[in-house]
Amino acid sequence: MDNGIIRIKDACKHFGAVQALRGVDLVIAKGEVVLVIGPSGSGKSTLLRCVNRLEHLDSGEIWVEDDCVTSPHANIRKIREEVGMVFQSFNLFPHLSAAQNISLSPLIVLREDKAEAQERARALLARVGLADKEYSYPEQLSGGQQQRVAIARALAMRPKIMLFDEPTSALDPEMIKEVLDVMLDLAKEGMTMMVVSHEMGFARAAADRVVFMDEGQIIEAAPPDELFAHPKEERTQRFLNHIL
Amino acid sequence: MSDFLRIGKRKAPPASGSAAPPALPHFNINVTDGTLIPSTGDKSILSAWNISFFGAIAAIIILPILSPKPYLDILAVVPDGLVATFGVTIVSILFALVLGLLTGLGRIAKTKPINLIATIYVEVIRGIPLLVQLFYIYYALGPLLHLKGPASAVMAMSICYGAYMGEIFRAGIQSIPKGQMEAALALGMSRTQALWRIILPQTVKVILPPIGNEFIALLKDSSLVSILAVADLLRRGREYASTTFNYLQSFTIVALIYLIMTLFFSRLVGIMETRLRNHGQWHN
Repeated sequence: MDNGIIRIKDACKHFGAVQALRGVDLVIAKGEVVLVIGPSGSGKSTLLRCVNRLEHLDSGEIWVEDDCVTSPHANIRKIREEVGMVFQSFNLFPHLSAAQNISLSPLIVLREDKAEAQERARALLARVGLADKEYSYPEQLSGGQQQRVAIARALAMRPKIMLFDEPTSALDPEMIKEVLDVMLDLAKEGMTMMVVSHEMGFARAAADRVVFMDEGQIIEAAPPDELFAHPKEERTQRFLNHIL
Repeated sequence: MSDFLRIGKRKAPPASGSAAPPALPHFNINVTDGTLIPSTGDKSILSAWNISFFGAIAAIIILPILSPKPYLDILAVVPDGLVATFGVTIVSILFALVLGLLTGLGRIAKTKPINLIATIYVEVIRGIPLLVQLFYIYYALGPLLHLKGPASAVMAMSICYGAYMGEIFRAGIQSIPKGQMEAALALGMSRTQALWRIILPQTVKVILPPIGNEFIALLKDSSLVSILAVADLLRRGREYASTTFNYLQSFTIVALIYLIMTLFFSRLVGIMETRLRNHGQWHN
């Protein structure tokens, strides 16, 4: 597994006195869908945010393909072009329409042709089921719609990897499914995905592996059916009892 | 001008991990002269603003009718000064905006020396009265820099207001949720791109009302430049008064003209503020 598309080696990180990550090792293969679960404060979001260096590791290394994210000489912008990210709070740009949210980065980062970027934005909106929302602004969209635009925005950069940071936690229950359906489609198309989420239905339907984290460490990792049915560790069992 | 910066936090940004739907926090930044800003909630005809504004207009119409002798002459001479008053105000506010943007960016810069320079500029300038700054640039530095009255006036006002603008820009930029910058960076944008394309366009909406208030304050403070041989509204009034000895009548007209202008602009800012708050949409 040493040729994974994401390779995390002995990742350590602390915020003040709090040790968020204590030596995390994780390799994610190309096309693999990995769900990271764990109690709040277990470091799962921090780990995800270190992959595209929204947070810096204290020690350890993270590699994305042949690039070392954690190296000070890394061309981090180049790496971020290939690693899409979806946030819990969507973080759509409120002053831009849905289509502009999607086409801005291709225009100014990839320097795509304007007509081409707009055409792709429309296609991506159609893909997430929002073909009629091209001119809508974020505040005119429901939470689920906003999150789908956010996924389309990340996809517009043609990423090889998608990171999802609790993508459904801020959504009303009836909107969760529409977002998960989009993620499910992505998984089926072979996108490499690292997802911090407690959506067990999504885990069973799409995840290749579920990683359980607690107190900044990976306690165990296994395919979803195996981990949910027969967790090896007592801590995993206790956590699963709470959420299943 | 009284100079304080109040940042009212209406709605806290969503705490991460909470299940509440994330709403953009609503910030309100007021840099005001205190009593000037009319309360837009007061719709009655007898509101303080209506009485002051229409009273002033009535006075400026009725006084020349009642006693045309000095008042019509004053009204023929004094408004010449409006050109200088508005000239100094508008040119200064433009320079102050540029200085303020640079200062605001400096104040949030991670590079220590830049941050320090911006902070020192703000602290020093805010600690010296505007009149002293005017004297300093006109009398103390004027001979060295070969500056004439209007140029000194604009320079002093720009430097002074640039410091206050800097604080407005800083507060405005910091009021934009952190997630906006993170989302932009995650999409591969550089910090500069994110700043110009994502952060500043949103900041403008937040800082428009306080900048309007600064404009009003600057309009009033521009009367200080009458000391530097700039023929503004106040100086025209003084000139007329000193030749005719009609001090009461001259300065009454000068005061009324300032009052009408500031009340007018403050109502404008008030309306702008309400609009941005109520239907604060980007597109319409």
